[in-house]
Amino acid sequence: MNVTVLQFPGTNCEYDTKYAFEKLACNVTILWHKEIKLPENTDLLVIPGGFSYGDYLRSGAIARFANIMDSVQEYAKNGGKVLGICNGFQILLEAGLLPGAMKRNASLNFISKYNHLKVINNDNCFLQKLNLGEVINIPVAHHDGNYYIDNDGLKQLEENNQILLKYCNKDGEIENLNGSVAQIAGICNKEKNIFGLMPHPERAIENLLGCDDGIKMLEGFLKL
Amino acid sequence: MKAIVNVALKQGVLDDQGKATHHALDTLGFKEIVKDVRIGKQIILELNSDNEKDAKTEVKNMCEKLLANTVIEDYSIEIIG
Repeated sequence: MNVTVLQFPGTNCEYDTKYAFEKLACNVTILWHKEIKLPENTDLLVIPGGFSYGDYLRSGAIARFANIMDSVQEYAKNGGKVLGICNGFQILLEAGLLPGAMKRNASLNFISKYNHLKVINNDNCFLQKLNLGEVINIPVAHHDGNYYIDNDGLKQLEENNQILLKYCNKDGEIENLNGSVAQIAGICNKEKNIFGLMPHPERAIENLLGCDDGIKMLEGFLKL
Repeated sequence: MKAIVNVALKQGVLDDQGKATHHALDTLGFKEIVKDVRIGKQIILELNSDNEKDAKTEVKNMCEKLLANTVIEDYSIEIIG
């Protein structure tokens, strides 16, 4: 499988993401934001974590206008599979590829720790290898992860099974982490080809790192 | 000519920064006088323009495209000649 990982000034998870997908025997290309075309053979496009353009103005707001983003919009609208992790999720929101917006964490603290997540929906290509209700342990590291959507938007997410992950405790009870509406940690679009999440699966791929639940999630992507 | 753009979270969207600051002001002894705190940002643009109306239209365009996230934020524009 061919994975393309975007790189903006300030991106800092591109090599972790490359390492994780190479561990799964994928061909990974890191693509600089000034390029105007995605590689033709891209099976999965990943917008990785970091602080694109220093998160100035708002997280993801400036990256949205990078040269490569026209090609990303076209790829996504033609059904191409897109994964946005952390800052990548913020960029997808700013680009209008996913609904809602990110606010500063309710605690106003940067949160960096392992946190449990509950699989809310798995009837999509991304989480097909995980069970409904399964609890996984994946690190989070963000300052602006407080997901906001209005009531009508939330209703639509629920009706279309677009909420894929929620923050929870180790027993799977849904728990607030950062103030997100309905404790949402990850969503997909209505067509289910674009997935954004705040936690970092690429940082939990070996037990040496504390947990390898991330690889369980990413493995599911191999059958996209 | 100058444009001053103020951007803040919409009424109805919980302003966590404002809430935390309100709490701190309470602790500092300003509890009686402060009813609510909202925090926004100010963006000051120096413009090459002498037409106030056109300038305002252009700045509005900038706000819609980049300066504000209209999903959660409101903005106001003041043009200073």
